[in-house]
Amino acid sequence: MTTTIRLQREAFDVGAEAALLARGRADIGAVVTFTGLCRADENGEPIAALTLEHYPDMAEAEIARHVEEARARWPLIGVTVIHRYGRIAPGEVIVAVVTASSHREAAFAAASFLMDYLKTRAPFWKQVEKVSGKIWVDAKAADDAAAERWSEPPPRREAAK
Amino acid sequence: MKLLYFAWVRERVGLAEEEIDPPAGVATVGELVAWLTQRGEGYAYAFENPKVIRAAIDRNHVRADTRIDGAHEIAFFPPMTGG
Repeated sequence: MTTTIRLQREAFDVGAEAALLARGRADIGAVVTFTGLCRADENGEPIAALTLEHYPDMAEAEIARHVEEARARWPLIGVTVIHRYGRIAPGEVIVAVVTASSHREAAFAAASFLMDYLKTRAPFWKQVEKVSGKIWVDAKAADDAAAERWSEPPPRREAAK
Repeated sequence: MKLLYFAWVRERVGLAEEEIDPPAGVATVGELVAWLTQRGEGYAYAFENPKVIRAAIDRNHVRADTRIDGAHEIAFFPPMTGG
């Protein structure tokens, strides 16, 4: 499997990353791309930008562990995860997850799984710039719940009657 | 051992990292947090609600009851908000 994990300050072209993953291969039938963007508001209040702090070595190791976990669960051909850090303005890309497989189910599921774990387990912290000052973003219970659903065994396929 | 602090834990402690040599009897992550809390106002503020503090030993998530012997690098941080 082709795996690319990058943590970087610079903006990047998600479409180019997705194209690169599939380039020159004829065994990939599905590429799923998730792109996370910086919104211009946080809890209804406008923000000027956000700043992402991270724990560099652990972030890379933690993402790699979850890519391995995804590979064990689904027949993946390629995975690219790129996460930015530093100051990011509204409308800019924060994160991209690209998954490639022979068929769409695995690519969709793996991309969703990786994003749920990125949000709750990868050591990144968002701080937003509001009019009232800089505020650390609180973790959301909904994100924990989203990650938790993967800890249950996948549903059994019903035998054809 | 080396301690690392991130996000608001870092801001409250007032340091990004430091070398420490905890006394005998500080055996787990939770006990280390309790020991750190007594080191000053910033530490007490950072660790005032130990339940929300997350920890990693040598770049792996750990729980409060994990033993710290043999650890090179222990990090403390708030719940993660990346992605």
